[in-house]
Amino acid sequence: MKSLSWLIGLLIVIGAIPMITHDVTLRETVFIILMYIALAESLNIILGYTGYVSFGHIVFYGIGGYVAFLMIQNYGLNIIPAMILAGLFSALVAYCLGLAILRLRGAYFAIATIGVNEAVKALITNLEQVGGAEGIYFNIKVYSAYGGAEHAIWLSYYLMLAVTIAVVIVSWFVKKSKFGLGLMAIREDEDAAITLGVNTSKYKTLAYALSALFPGMIGAIFFFKNGNIEPESAFHLTKSIEMIFMVMLGGFGTVTGPMIGAIVYERIRGFLIVSEMFKALHIAISGIILLLIVLFMPRGIIGFVRDKIPALRRFVE
Amino acid sequence: MLDVWIDSIISGILLGLVYGLAAIGLSLIWGVMKVINLSHGAFIALGMFTAYFLFAFGLNPYLGVPIIFALGIILGIAVYFVALHRIIDAPELSTLLSTFSISLFIIGLGTFVWTTIPYAIDIHVGSISIGNITILGTKVIAGIVSIILTILLYIFLYRTKTGKAVRAVSMNRVAAELMGINTTRILALSFGIGIALAMTAGALIATIFPFTILSGGVYELKSFVICVLGGLGSPIGALVGGLILGIIENVITLQIPTGLVPFIEFTILVAVLLIKPSGLLGGEV
Amino acid sequence: MRKILVALAVLILLSSISVATAKDEIVIGFTMSQTGKFNSESKEQFQGLKLWADQVNAKGGIYVKSLGKNLTVKLVYYDDESSKDRVQQLYTKLITEDKADFLISPYSSGLTASAAIVASQYGKIMIATGAASDSIFNKGYNCIYQIYTPASRYLTGAIDMLKAVDPNAKKIAIVYEDSKFAKDVCKAAKDYAEQNGFEVVLFESYAPGTTDFTSLINKIIAKSPDAIIGGGHFADGETFAKQLYEKRVKVKLISLLVAPAVPEFAKIGKAALYVTGPSQWEPMVRYSPEMAKKLGIEWFGPTVEEFVEAYKKAYGYEPGYHAAGGYVAGLVLQKAIEDAGTLDTEAVKKALEKMDIMTFFGRISFDTGEYYGRQKGHEMVYLQWQEKKGELVKVVVWPESAKSADLIYPLTLKFGKETTETPAEAPAKEEKGPGFEAILAIAGLAGIAYITRRFKP
Repeated sequence: MKSLSWLIGLLIVIGAIPMITHDVTLRETVFIILMYIALAESLNIILGYTGYVSFGHIVFYGIGGYVAFLMIQNYGLNIIPAMILAGLFSALVAYCLGLAILRLRGAYFAIATIGVNEAVKALITNLEQVGGAEGIYFNIKVYSAYGGAEHAIWLSYYLMLAVTIAVVIVSWFVKKSKFGLGLMAIREDEDAAITLGVNTSKYKTLAYALSALFPGMIGAIFFFKNGNIEPESAFHLTKSIEMIFMVMLGGFGTVTGPMIGAIVYERIRGFLIVSEMFKALHIAISGIILLLIVLFMPRGIIGFVRDKIPALRRFVE
Repeated sequence: MLDVWIDSIISGILLGLVYGLAAIGLSLIWGVMKVINLSHGAFIALGMFTAYFLFAFGLNPYLGVPIIFALGIILGIAVYFVALHRIIDAPELSTLLSTFSISLFIIGLGTFVWTTIPYAIDIHVGSISIGNITILGTKVIAGIVSIILTILLYIFLYRTKTGKAVRAVSMNRVAAELMGINTTRILALSFGIGIALAMTAGALIATIFPFTILSGGVYELKSFVICVLGGLGSPIGALVGGLILGIIENVITLQIPTGLVPFIEFTILVAVLLIKPSGLLGGEV
Repeated sequence: MRKILVALAVLILLSSISVATAKDEIVIGFTMSQTGKFNSESKEQFQGLKLWADQVNAKGGIYVKSLGKNLTVKLVYYDDESSKDRVQQLYTKLITEDKADFLISPYSSGLTASAAIVASQYGKIMIATGAASDSIFNKGYNCIYQIYTPASRYLTGAIDMLKAVDPNAKKIAIVYEDSKFAKDVCKAAKDYAEQNGFEVVLFESYAPGTTDFTSLINKIIAKSPDAIIGGGHFADGETFAKQLYEKRVKVKLISLLVAPAVPEFAKIGKAALYVTGPSQWEPMVRYSPEMAKKLGIEWFGPTVEEFVEAYKKAYGYEPGYHAAGGYVAGLVLQKAIEDAGTLDTEAVKKALEKMDIMTFFGRISFDTGEYYGRQKGHEMVYLQWQEKKGELVKVVVWPESAKSADLIYPLTLKFGKETTETPAEAPAKEEKGPGFEAILAIAGLAGIAYITRRFKP
């Protein structure tokens, strides 16, 4: 419990700074950091706890984004119910999908998730009704319901903060619960878990649905703020891999890890893109960093810290 | 109308052979190493650029094939020792990410050096025309080279001692090790051959279509579909999968909008995985 | 421990706070596609804009009445990687962090639409150049101003041209890139063609980044149209033209977006011959101060010759319309600031609304109705690649009033020429080429096989 209040405290502090200083630049940075944290924590439930490599996890973010966007654009729904609907819809899709593809293990599952993401992307690209390849754009008047674009953006910021806090709390409780224990049993040895009486297919399907719920909501907020949505940015496979990267960087299977991973990743990326020296080579450098982490820090920053500094162990979960 | 169909089928087969070649590389790596090579596309692109620069230096890209193949083996072995050797027994996530990081590195560097503007190899070997059917010479040669390489790969796998060792490792690495096979060398060589096939396929594609450093990604995704169709780990399956995909792309599109092709491809991918994960042909190396 | 963590978090965040600077320059922010598929067009646009900025700064800057002094222009830009995601991030950064006073759009309609929503959210003026799509302008934005002739009037001239040159032509195939711009253009062209009695036998899109047009071309052949119009941007248009030629598709007119207007299009050689395309501007256009006088509007900026000369001097080759569009975007902003006499957004907006000027690029004025900010003054020209003394050259063939040469029609003339010139050579090449190559390839592969055989475990 102590470590949870820690993380929440930290999030609130981070989230409050832009509100106090009213600094728009800072708000943008924190918004991205929060989004990364929430995405990484969600993915961690299926990837870190359960051990299933969902390589195309971004599909749920995209689906959520589209559902909310269409609701707001066509039916004039408020962002808050639209966001909740989007999350639930993503979770439902994941649940149904999970019943089918979670039978696959290891790399087969990874490939299937890539396939699902690409198939959904291709489908939406071909559906004129949802904007096709060029996507859809809000009429700027959509924001007037929230008192103008300025307020709408701040609202998205608060929502993102709220969702992030929710993700971290859920993630923490899952880890501490019997459910979480079941998931970790699946991760360590699925066949053994079955023998021990864990209803693995129910467990992992629920975990998959849960890990899709929040990305759906995050997608809704992000694209609401963004003002447009299109298949290429909603189902961008690279973003999926970025999520995995953040989880790995921080240390998977922990609650603190994805959070640290997301913050560090955002800062590294921000630095590389802006820095004169590395700007041109930022993709190549990200590649090298990723390789080094995979090779030499397989348990991420958290694993590293826990190994090297035993005193900190009780703070990092 | 009939000639358009024939034209499409022939184009589909020829292109399918080249897709198949790229996919064989992916399939071999998976079969032997149980690694999904996410850097496949990057190496396909690298093959394209190698062919381009050989051509720019006056070397015919078809004559360049052996050079590119050899370069591929060397690069592949190097990458194996840098990025894969340490984690070959780790969970698949590690190898997925390490091959992906190689891909990022190559593409990042490639983007820096060549930017992402399209390049094209301006080679003309004529074309064969009968009525409305026009088959480009470049496609014919690419198809032929793909067949030859596949045959050579089979000779290598089934007739040579090293090749047999590769198959042994793919069946059971521990047992192969116990039989005195130096598995590290076999793994490195297999990865090398896989990369070499990718680069060669890239070079052949480069003689037909324009390309950028990012083009490899498209063919990598196609390779996934093909491998799954033919069964991961089965080279001949990959070739058949390639043919199926090539024909789908060229023939079905006469009836439906071309934009739907990726949707069909990936739906097939997921469906095959669910119904028959061992692929339509289902087999091992 | 707690304190350390909190302090760390605060530190990380503080590292991204920026400090505002005093006002002695006009900051113009934009992104360009240094990488990605729009790389070549975007570079031209940037060079045009840069030339404008250099010229303005060489004269001491833009005079701002309310401040009573000249302010120099500072261009702040980033690489958007031709990606919409990056565009939105970077325009937010340009507005919030770099405190840009005005914005210029990125290249292409898709990226501009993404930038436009950010600009509108923050209420910043953005001059949209290199973006022709109409659908950006019916989204209720009120601070985006378009330089290019919009998509709805982009290819309609090609249809007028076809109708004028060959009243018997009836069937048109429209094949276009699935992008905002090409879609807007081709939908408008389709309606226009049908209104003019043409039958649109094929109306199909292809994915951005397509390199293999085989199946589309087979579809076209099956429908045997008189004309093919469509395309998208440079790379796909070039490839499409090349593959149409390789497959010997016998249509009478090909008119493609963007690609034919770019000088590199000539690289595909014979495939480029007689291909036509719309262009926003060409170095041989004839806009002049006299013309402005006749129309009773003001002339602003350099003449066509002055611009072409200056561009050639700076970059060593003749500008295309992307470059001209970049330059004019700066020019329009300059005029609006000078007219407004202040950097205040509302005042500059008023100046832009009122603007009706003639420049070397043509006439510029903006719609203020439902499509607020859409270009309504500027007109397209149509060009064709023709052969002069064995070299491929661009000529303007439409409209009648602006043309520098006659349209060569039908396009199939180029196939006729070929067969009479080299009747025997082509088939001989076919047989020899592949066989010879294949044998050598086999030899090489056999060598590799031998080497790998020697490599024993």
